[in-house]
Amino acid sequence: MSHAISRRDVLRGTGALVLAFSLSRHAFALTETGASETALRGLPGSLDSTPLLDAWIGIDAGGNATIFTGKAELGQGIKTALLQVAAEELKLPLPRLTLVTADTGRTPNEGYTAASHSVQESGTAIRNAAAQVREILIGEAARRAGVGIDRLTARAGVVTGPDGVRYGYGQLVSDQLLHVDAQPTSILTDPRDFTVMDRPVPRVDIPAKVTGGAAYVQDMRLPGMVHGRIVRPPSYGALLLSVDAGPVEAMPGVIKVVRDGSFLGVIADKEWTAIQAMRRLAARAQWEETAQLPDEARLPEALMALPSRDQTILDVGQPDVPSYAINALFSRPYLAHGSIGPSCAIAHADDDALTVWTHTQGVYPLRNALATLFGMPQEKVRCIHVEGAGCYGQNGADDAGADAAMLARALPGRPVRVQWMREQEHAWEPFGPGMAAHIRATLGPDGSIAAWQHEVWSQSHMMRPGPPGTLLAARDIAHPFPPPPPVDLPMPEGGGDRNAIPLYVLPNARAVNHFLPEMPLRGSSMRSLGGYLNVFAIESTMDDLARLAGQDPVNFRLRHLKDERAIAVITTTAERFGWKERPRPPAGSGYGFGFARYKNLEAYCAVALEIAIDQDTGRTVILRAVAAVDTGQVVNPDGVRNQIEGGIVQAASWTLFEGVRFDRRRVTSVDWAAYPILRFAHVPRAVEVHVIDRPGLPFLGSGEAAQGPTGAALANAIRDVTGARLRALPLDAAKVQAAMLAASFKAAR
Amino acid sequence: MTTLTVNGIGRTVSSTPDTPLLYVLRDELELNGAKFGCGLGQCGACAVLVDGEPVFSCITPVMLLEGRDIRTLEGLGTAEAPGPLQAAFIEEQTAQCGYCIAGMIMRAQALLERIPHPGDDDILTALEPQLCRCGTHMRIVRAVRRAAQNMARASEAGR
Ligand code: FES
Ligand code: FES
Repeated sequence: MSHAISRRDVLRGTGALVLAFSLSRHAFALTETGASETALRGLPGSLDSTPLLDAWIGIDAGGNATIFTGKAELGQGIKTALLQVAAEELKLPLPRLTLVTADTGRTPNEGYTAASHSVQESGTAIRNAAAQVREILIGEAARRAGVGIDRLTARAGVVTGPDGVRYGYGQLVSDQLLHVDAQPTSILTDPRDFTVMDRPVPRVDIPAKVTGGAAYVQDMRLPGMVHGRIVRPPSYGALLLSVDAGPVEAMPGVIKVVRDGSFLGVIADKEWTAIQAMRRLAARAQWEETAQLPDEARLPEALMALPSRDQTILDVGQPDVPSYAINALFSRPYLAHGSIGPSCAIAHADDDALTVWTHTQGVYPLRNALATLFGMPQEKVRCIHVEGAGCYGQNGADDAGADAAMLARALPGRPVRVQWMREQEHAWEPFGPGMAAHIRATLGPDGSIAAWQHEVWSQSHMMRPGPPGTLLAARDIAHPFPPPPPVDLPMPEGGGDRNAIPLYVLPNARAVNHFLPEMPLRGSSMRSLGGYLNVFAIESTMDDLARLAGQDPVNFRLRHLKDERAIAVITTTAERFGWKERPRPPAGSGYGFGFARYKNLEAYCAVALEIAIDQDTGRTVILRAVAAVDTGQVVNPDGVRNQIEGGIVQAASWTLFEGVRFDRRRVTSVDWAAYPILRFAHVPRAVEVHVIDRPGLPFLGSGEAAQGPTGAALANAIRDVTGARLRALPLDAAKVQAAMLAASFKAAR
Repeated sequence: MTTLTVNGIGRTVSSTPDTPLLYVLRDELELNGAKFGCGLGQCGACAVLVDGEPVFSCITPVMLLEGRDIRTLEGLGTAEAPGPLQAAFIEEQTAQCGYCIAGMIMRAQALLERIPHPGDDDILTALEPQLCRCGTHMRIVRAVRRAAQNMARASEAGR
């Protein structure tokens, strides 16, 4: 629904595009959330796949509501947002609502909590279901009172009408009343009448988190629970030749060593004992290593030399010209999700059933993968989401779930808790893929862009469960499952090519996606997928073109835009920043601007930065960040602000500090010293976020909107300060310092 | 057997003396505040106060803590009656995933006990050993600032 509109917007915004999709890409018509691309019933959001109203909303005899969502809280505040939506349409006060999240035993199947789709898919479903439930309750009251529904109102859980008609919701519900399919349209509350939505409602999960309540799967303690640890191989695909487990099994407190092929783990009564046993076991294991990793120093070249499946995703006008003013290669290293809390799961197996408490982003896909892995019927496996540390995509969550299940099956009747060690999370999580992008562009005599070409190289950004071979344990066991074929997420959302089509109006443009079926390092989804590098490359180039054209970079962007909402976020950002009247910066300081509409379908976001670079060390600090964001109808403005603020800080960390390190065999960046991220000394000194409200327009995801624009704005600000255009991420202190030295050397000559 | 004072209460624990405090707190005393983040002294998720000083509980064996005063997040307040820092973190809605927050609050507590009116530089310097991956830093700094103001106002009112 919202998609159809958005796609049309894209087409309008970029002129008459030819979007060509090859058949092979359609064969993998997988979306990032696992939701079907094509509507089955024409119902709003996830109601389309789960139409029964009582699958989403239950009302008890006391008139309290339980809301069921297939989406999971990942620290993005989704619980609170979904409760707001339900409370608004049900006309029930928030405290009378309970939310049950992703659980294959209880909630609808909503695929993965990913791609900034949760409010669109689940929020839309719950909003419509709640509105329809409210109307059913009003209808029931009308039937009982013998008055027309137009004379009844629902407020605060009570339906009232003339002559003292008054029914609490609890009186009106009966067994089968809500056991009906949803209708395609609902009577939705007018945004002007909102009392709960579009309000900064405090998040329901925060009090427990700041006072030591049990808030995470890591905090769960089940009766009889024991602790497991896994000994991971030293490198991808290494085979366990032998292990002398005897002395480890003899350690006091050790319950069992579990080995299946190259899968090796240990169970102990206490966590610390399990860790010590794991270390001893690791010291006694002999491995055969065969992995061959690319040359880290020449990663973009290595990626571009791999076999690729090529697809032209944009071809309009005549983009081939004899020479280009800009002809540049951009690259990003592999990036770690780097959850602060390593992945964790608890599993319990008995005779024929398996339960796993997990912070996976997809309880149903993980359940299916585990059922296949263990040859169990799907209905005998239950996966229950419990929050973990923020994941930002696919971290080790699913793998830890499989690890715990492997150990639990070796010790039936006892819950087994497995938490990964820091070095395991850093070495084994599926990284955000390393990528390269090549842009060529040139200006016409009128100072606008006359030709534009964008090529991007990337492996898959979508290797989530479903197939068991996505799970580390399934690849290590004696009868392993093969890694599944890599998934090239199709346009319009795209994977590596996400945001590779500029939103700018370009009469002559081509974009080509070079999908790499090989995976030099293990990779999968990480916040914004290819969008981060593509926007970084496009917005760096826009900046350079503006400079070549002698135009202000903000005006230059506006000149190439038709989309009113894009124009609005850019002008709002520029105005709030004071872009036009920005003073000449002192030496060592400068400004940068970046913009994108995430996926060309979701939130619009523009970021303006003022930075300072320490002339001796090359260290970059953001002095001031101003952003504007348009996410359609806002559910929780403070939630949106939190997501954008967080996105800016996280993207500053990716851009200034981060890259997975490896030698020709092993991943070597296995702790926070070898994989540094932003610490407080580099925190932006001020961040301002302006949320542009669009009452009544479809929800747009905001969780991944700020990353691309922030990375680009940093590169542009560094260019402003140093005169050097840096294109190979990260833009760390050493690189910035080298660029400054080179620039001053040039100036001196 | 080791005897510890945790949040003002004497506790005798049976974990071996080389066990890092973190596992004793979580496993044996069933306290959730201190978190496992790295086990290496690099992230601060496990920070607690020992005699008022922040320490990484993941690398501090309990045998060093006999008779010392240990404070964890649970010692600062509850969801119903949050302490000043906890209240400020709630008021500022300071969490995304929140996994890092316990450590942040403990280190901020040590700061405010030492410097009741910290400047921004004091706050940034004090929190430098703590990692947050969600990018909640801006709000963390705001919450610490607000807690300092609230505490100053409360002590003025009390005068
Ligand atoms: S868990 Fe102790 S410093 Fe990271
Ligand atoms: S809020 Fe998630 S790590 Fe800090």
